[in-house]
Parts: sequence; structure tokens; C-alpha cells
Amino acid sequence: MSALTQYLDLYRQHRDIIDSHSAEAINRHREDAFRILESASLPKPGSDNYENTDLEALLAPDYGLNIAKLDIDVNPAATFHCDVPRISSNPFLMVNDTFAASPKSYEALPEGIEVGSLKEFASQDQETFRKYYGKAADLKNPMVALDTLLAQDGFYLRIKKGVKTDKPLQLVNILQNGMPLMAIRRMLIIIEEGAEAKLLVCDHTQNPEIDFLTLETVEIFVAENASFDFYNLEESTIGTHRISSLYLRQEADSKVVIDGITLYNGVTRNEYFCRFEGENASLRLLGMGIEDENRSLSTYSRIDHAVAHCHSDELFKYSVDDNARGAFTGRIYVAEGAVKTEAYQSNRNLVGSETARMESRPELEIYNDDVKCSHGSATGQLDPLQMFYMRTRGLDEATARLLLKQAFMADIIDGVRVEALRDRLHLLVERRFAGASSACATCAGCNKE
Amino acid sequence: MLKVKDLHAEINGKEILKGINLEVKPGEVHAIMGPNGSGKSTLSMVLAGNPAYTPTGGSVEFYGKDLLAMQPEVRSHEGLFLGFQYPVEIPGVSMVNFMRAAVNAKRAYFNEPPMSATEFLKMMREKRAVVELDNKLASRSVNEGFSGGEKKRNEIFQMAVLEPKLSILDETDSGLDIDALRIVAEGVNKLKTENNATIVITHYQRLLDYIKPDFVHILYKGKIVMTGGPDLALELEERGYDWIKEQVDKEG
Repeated sequence: MSALTQYLDLYRQHRDIIDSHSAEAINRHREDAFRILESASLPKPGSDNYENTDLEALLAPDYGLNIAKLDIDVNPAATFHCDVPRISSNPFLMVNDTFAASPKSYEALPEGIEVGSLKEFASQDQETFRKYYGKAADLKNPMVALDTLLAQDGFYLRIKKGVKTDKPLQLVNILQNGMPLMAIRRMLIIIEEGAEAKLLVCDHTQNPEIDFLTLETVEIFVAENASFDFYNLEESTIGTHRISSLYLRQEADSKVVIDGITLYNGVTRNEYFCRFEGENASLRLLGMGIEDENRSLSTYSRIDHAVAHCHSDELFKYSVDDNARGAFTGRIYVAEGAVKTEAYQSNRNLVGSETARMESRPELEIYNDDVKCSHGSATGQLDPLQMFYMRTRGLDEATARLLLKQAFMADIIDGVRVEALRDRLHLLVERRFAGASSACATCAGCNKE
Repeated sequence: MLKVKDLHAEINGKEILKGINLEVKPGEVHAIMGPNGSGKSTLSMVLAGNPAYTPTGGSVEFYGKDLLAMQPEVRSHEGLFLGFQYPVEIPGVSMVNFMRAAVNAKRAYFNEPPMSATEFLKMMREKRAVVELDNKLASRSVNEGFSGGEKKRNEIFQMAVLEPKLSILDETDSGLDIDALRIVAEGVNKLKTENNATIVITHYQRLLDYIKPDFVHILYKGKIVMTGGPDLALELEERGYDWIKEQVDKEG
């Protein structure tokens, strides 16, 4: 029996409850998703694009779902003290899969920025919502279908035409429950023509002893001449499982940075589907994973150069230690007419133990001659000569290793275009490699600066 | 300070050093010369403790302690410095952070508190002056994008910061133009006291015009085959290494 069955059963039996805590514009997509899932089977681990991901195993446990949206007590202050301070004094909050309104967060927002609960937006501005919801995400992806089937709420951001905001917005996702829980959420981000914004999303788990599964579909639309930075920082727990599918659509002359940083996690699969739909657009797709113990991070990315004159630059770096597993599959597709495409892809990994595993599949598919493309992958150990050089200057092996690992991640961190976040990440990465526990990431103790 | 007795060492199972004997006292400058492949760099790597090289016989005492038993970082704390022939680039680690870590590691070894930020910056400024090292290099990654001359000057700068008792300078002259050579050599001379010593490893005599050795040793096929005064270096410059090779090979 497929792991999907329990979710299909849940939907069949409780469709009315699911619908009643959501919005009509969201509900109307569930039937399509249901029909697709009914006849779908989950890709097997080892099959194309799922080399290192066992969706059956991820979805099999009987997590609780809070479809009736019972209040879950949360003390957000406990979490984001240790998060990334000085980015936004009033971040938006999502508790599990429910947007938690925080009136203070709306203060001082410039005009032309709409932000809040996806459910509310779906009711308030149906016209805009319908124009975008489900238009980038592909229901043929079973994780998108499952998300569409069951998601009731999520996060919504719209930057209206020409509105530019320097100050990054911040969303803090908190997983919190006394029992195993599955959180199914949805994000919809619309950056209109000529608009500029940056968003930092921090993922935290409050209960280190509880198992969680997050299923998330993110749709991002960046219109002509607009600019958007999306930073996603995961600092969760060994017991946290996450499947995130991000779909990006970029129109002409737009500039986007997508950066997925995994500092602490359990089992994570991050999918990025990026598509250029207008010329002269550029994308930097960055990611970093620091994996140790039994953690696992799997990244799938696809960048579609569907039109000419676009530029993509992709870099993912992993550090895997102990029994950790890392996987990277990156595919760049350059269409026949997409002349003058520039596409660069690189995956570099440090493997620090005999039992850690890293799999890498960089792939280029090019259908015209007039392009500049490269891809590469390198997996190895720290350079013994660099280690020795540092030790001759008096650094012990552990310190040399720490500095080299930090240095290894430096170019990913330096790709962050928010200074306060960049500085903070240097510190968080240093602490992470120095062996600070994941509890440190969610405690307020050491951040009273 | 340094007593090397019958030192043997190998890399990847191949014996390179075949019985080195060398004694260095405070205040002395020793030059080790020799043709390519004679084992000069291996000797420096073994003394500094590169784990890729395995000492297989003999002993090395450094101020009465067993040098070969020490980790590379302990050798550094105890006062040994190696100036690399090919200084290693470490992208992502800034010079200033690297030096701060190095200075504070040594202080921790001697149970001293870390140096204050002001004190440290002041010291960096002073030591930079020794080799006229540009301030902007301090904020850059270690050796990354440095010119050949900058790299070598950076080695001497690190030597100045760490204040070693014994410095081994491995082909510090290679790849330097005459101005850079002069700056590097002057740096070494400025750092010289009656309490420290230097081993200069070089292929050519020209460096010894600037750094005057008390002893010149010739290394060939893993052994010191000849020791003399500064004149020996001049003789080598004039006659090359062939006459020594012939002499040794005939005896051997």
C-alpha cells in the first residue's frame, strides 16, 4: 500500500473540515490534486531525480495533521532571539502550517506591500490569487499535488508595481507540538513589475524530541525588471523531516537570488524549479548544507533557460560528516531558441568521514550552440597541505579544520546580499562547525549582543 | 638548540633522507644547498612535521626535547618556523584572522590570555613594516591572489609575528626579482638576534649575498656531504654541483 493512501483517506473522510478552515479559492484546486494522486505512485528511491530520497519512507509515518486548526500554544520569543537578529524587529510568524498574525509586523511597512495569511488573501483578492496560485507549481510533482490536496493556509507576499523596499522582510516558521505532527503549508510570492524586495525565511523546530514532517510548496513570480532575494535558513532538529518544492518564474530583466541554507536538520529534500520566461533575466541559485550525525540533505534543482539572453549561476556546497548523507542533482536545460544563454553550475563537497556519503549529479542539457555553459562537481577532503600550513603556524588540527570548513562555505555566505544576515551567517556557520548543538540555534542564551 | 643525528625519512615508501647530521646553535645562520632532488625540501618538511613524511631513523632534539614526537603546532609553539617554498593559498581565511588564531594559539600554549584587539593590530602594523607588506593584504585571504613576491614577504611577515627561535626558510629566494629578494633578506636580517637561528635552504648563492651564513652545508642524495664557510657557496656558484656529485659518487 502506498504511503499516499492515508492522505487520500484523510481527504475523502474530512474534506469538509479541511475546506472549512481554508478559502474557496484554495479549496477548488483539491479535486484535481486528488485525481492525480489517486492514480499516482511515488517515485522509488534511486529513480531519476530521487537518487537519495525515499518519499514513501518520509510520508509513511502516521503524523498528526491539524486540519481542524486547533490552537497550538507557541512561545515565539523563545525561538527567534537566537535567530537572525537585526534583520527585522518584527518578523512574521507561521506556527506549523498556520499563519500567526502579528499586528506589530505590519507596522512601518511601506505602502504597496501586501503580506500575510495565504488563506485570507485567497478570500480577499480572488482575482489576483487565481492569476497565480498553482500556475508555477506542477501538479505532476506528487509533493505539489499532496500539498495542493491538503494545504489550508500559508504565507503570502505581494510587492506591488514599482515598490522598492530595502529592509528585508522576515518570516519565521516554527514547528511546535507535543506529538508527531505534519505541517502542510504553501507560500505565494508575487513581485510585480519593477518592484524590489528581500525575504528571509527561518525554519525552526521547538520540540527536539518530537518528529515533524513539513510539506511545503513555494511559488515565486518575479515580473519584468523586478528584483527579489529569497533566503531560507533551516535550523531544525534531527527529528524534523522536510520536503520543500520551490517554483520560480522570472520575466524579462528580472534579477533573483535564491539561497537555501541548511545548518541543522533531520531529513530534508529541497527542490528548486526555476524558469526564465523573459530575456535578460538573471538568477543566482545558491545552497549550503552542513550535515553530520545521521542527518540527510538532498537537493534537486532544475533551471529552464526557455528564452534567450538569460544568465544563471548555481553553486551548492555541502559538508558531510559522521553518517550523514548529502545528494545534489542539478539540471540546467537550455532550449533551442535560448541563444546567448550563460549558465554555470557548480557543486562542491567536503566529506569528512569514512561513513558519510555524498552523491552528485551535475547535468547540462543544451539545444543550441550559441551559449556559454559550464558545470562541475568536486567532492573530497580538506587539503592536507592547507592543514599542514596552518599547523606550522601553531593552529591545532581541530582549529585548522574549523577555519578551513568555514572558509569552504564563505563564498555561499558572501552571496547573501543582506549585510546583517551575512555577518550573522558567518557566526552561525562558525558555531555550527565548532560543534554547538542544534539547541543553541533555538536558544536565547548566547545572542544578547 | 637543534641537534639532528643520523636522520632518515621517507615519503610514499621512498627513502629521501639517508642519515642527516646537523647542529645549530643560537645566533647562527646555516645555509643548506644542493642540487635538485637532493632532499633539501624534505628535510624542512620533516623538521616542521608534515604528516606526509615519515621519519624512519635517527633523532632530532630541539632545546633538549624530542622534536619528532611533537605535533607540527607544538613545534611552532616551541619556536620552530618554516617559511614555505610554495606558500599555501587558503581561500576564505583572511590573513588577519589566521594570524590572530596563530598568535592566540601560542599564547594559550603558554597559558597566557588572548591578545587584545588593539594590541594585536598594533603588533600587525609593526611586523608588516619589517617586510613592507601592504596593509590591504591583511584583509585578503591567506596568500590568495598574492604575487610571488608578496607570498614570500608574507612568509617573513608571519615569521616576524611568531618570533621563532629557529627559522627554516625553504627556497625563500625562488621566484623573486632582485628588489623583492632584497626586501625579504633585509626582513630576515632585521629579525636576527643572538638568541635565534636561521637555516636558509637555497639552490643559488645569490640569496647568501644578502643573508650571510656562518656555515654552508651541501646536501646530496639525502646526506650532508660537505660543510664549509661562506666561501663554499661562492665556490659552488663558480663550479656548479658536478664536481661534488662526482666526488661523492666515486666514494659511494
